[in-house]
Amino acid sequence: MSYSVTEPTKRQKWFAGTLVILYAIITILPLAWIMMTGFKTPPDSISYPPKVYFEPSLEGYVNLFTTRTRVSQETLENLPPPQNFAEEIVRNRGMVIAGPSKFGQRFLNSVIIGFGSTFLSIFLGTLAAYAFSRFKIPLADDLLFFILSTRMMPPIAVAIPIFLMYRKLGLSDTHLGMILLYTGVNISLAVWLLKGFIDEIPREYEEAALIDGYTRFQAFYKIVLPQAATGIASTAIFCLIFAWNEYAFAVLLTSGTAQTAPPFIPTIIGVGGLDWPAVAAGATIFLLPVMIFTILLRKHLLRGITFGAVRK
Amino acid sequence: MSDKTINRVAKATPRRLARKVRGLSDRAIAWIFVGPTIFLLLAINIFPLIWTINLSFTNFKANRINRAVDYIGLRNYERILTDGDIWLSMQATAHFLFWTIFFQVLIGFALAWLINRKFKGNDIWTTIIVLPMMLSPAVVGNFWTFLYQPQIGLFNYVVAFFTGADPSSFEMLGSVDLAPWSIVIVDTWMWTPFVMLICLAGLRSIPDYIYEAAEVDRASKLRQFFTITIPMVMPFLMLAVLFRGIENFKMFDLVVQLTGGGPGSTTELASINLKREAFEKWRTGYSSAFAIILFVTVFGLASIYVKALNKVKER
Repeated sequence: MSYSVTEPTKRQKWFAGTLVILYAIITILPLAWIMMTGFKTPPDSISYPPKVYFEPSLEGYVNLFTTRTRVSQETLENLPPPQNFAEEIVRNRGMVIAGPSKFGQRFLNSVIIGFGSTFLSIFLGTLAAYAFSRFKIPLADDLLFFILSTRMMPPIAVAIPIFLMYRKLGLSDTHLGMILLYTGVNISLAVWLLKGFIDEIPREYEEAALIDGYTRFQAFYKIVLPQAATGIASTAIFCLIFAWNEYAFAVLLTSGTAQTAPPFIPTIIGVGGLDWPAVAAGATIFLLPVMIFTILLRKHLLRGITFGAVRK
Repeated sequence: MSDKTINRVAKATPRRLARKVRGLSDRAIAWIFVGPTIFLLLAINIFPLIWTINLSFTNFKANRINRAVDYIGLRNYERILTDGDIWLSMQATAHFLFWTIFFQVLIGFALAWLINRKFKGNDIWTTIIVLPMMLSPAVVGNFWTFLYQPQIGLFNYVVAFFTGADPSSFEMLGSVDLAPWSIVIVDTWMWTPFVMLICLAGLRSIPDYIYEAAEVDRASKLRQFFTITIPMVMPFLMLAVLFRGIENFKMFDLVVQLTGGGPGSTTELASINLKREAFEKWRTGYSSAFAIILFVTVFGLASIYVKALNKVKER
């Protein structure tokens, strides 16, 4: 049997494993709790001691997607029988469904703005990254550093002039305005990350293609793009997550039509008093896609969040 | 001989045809590719920055557009540097920065060190630990207010369970003493995995043969830890601190949702103060000056820090 001094002993492994798993459980507890709360009834959600066992209910989700009005017992009895489970839940609380809530719309805004800005950042970012990687561009290093340093500015500081500018251009509270803004914020990350990925593709491939009579542009999209596909995909997910999570600009520059979910979710609580299950349901729907993406991305995670400074 | 033929053919070829065969010149492509990005950066990043600098010398108020705007020189800067509220918010920021970085480095490094023992299934647990990091800080802040509720909140319940205190006897978000710690706790929960991941990359970059050599030299495990592990991970750790430092210096969304700067102004970090000045009191000129001061501070500190980091790397 070979003996290695660097291989931890079985006992060390067991000890390390126990501690790490303990930490993982503590760290996942708040998230699990929120997801559970989404399936509680409002009274269950604020009971003391906090309920671990409870009868699951979809009331939180129904409340999240609807607005409701309280009606008298008499009117309630005269109504035709409930058409679906949602109506039944609401009527049990002595209310009727008045209409859909704004959550669907806000969520859709998040999707439109997130995907729109991601597409634009990746499209422009890939082109710029290729140019930075392959051609001599005057002041390239200074330019890249400057691009990065703009991210040191607090978002509120940038928001002041953007707010004034958008008001003049009529871009406040529009999808286009938010897409352009998030692209402007994300593109530095996109260019920087993509440059790293493209730098890793050997130049010889393109040079061979150029000799074979490809034009520079053909070489770019037939040789480089397919090679960089993984890098582009993970950069895209990073851009999407940043746009998805963004709050400061959204809360200052949007109020209605283009408002995304992050500024909206905290306001849910105000609508129906202490409606924690609805808030939890909204948070769950909003956070779940990001969790899935994080798991998919885990190999490139470090590279993305450190601007490519650490490559694993 | 052949050289001359090539030249002659090249000269004889009309420009347009040459372009058709070769495509655009590299320089043209470079500018076409970089152009739109630079335009966007100018519009969204550089132009606003210049505008902010300009505004910082005026008494402009964004809610009163028709009022005459006067240039008042450095008076905004003077006022900020002598404003007690601003200094209080800088203190709150310093407290938040110091303790979040302290805990995140401590726990993050310890976790990375443990995970690097390569126990079975470590990658699955690592992925689970990493989850909070990528979530929306505003939504996270919002649901932590639920966990922090006195009596019904999970956090208070768990603390009470282990300490025996009454779960409604303390308010994490409502008390002046505890609120600054409540934001430190959530930020640590959220961002420890970031430090952990970077440390883990650092630990994995240390080649085994260094430890083997140390073993041959009969260096104790403790000594190996302090003379090999720590110095080798140091550049990574410093990088993690740099990122967390910049991020937490401009912290806004998480804390605004958790405490809104309260109670009083105990958790009013610089960014929250800035928002209040700019979008509630509408002192646009004044807040622009504050924004510039913050930017210069981060930029200056980060530059000095990066120099130190490079020195550590060279060693």
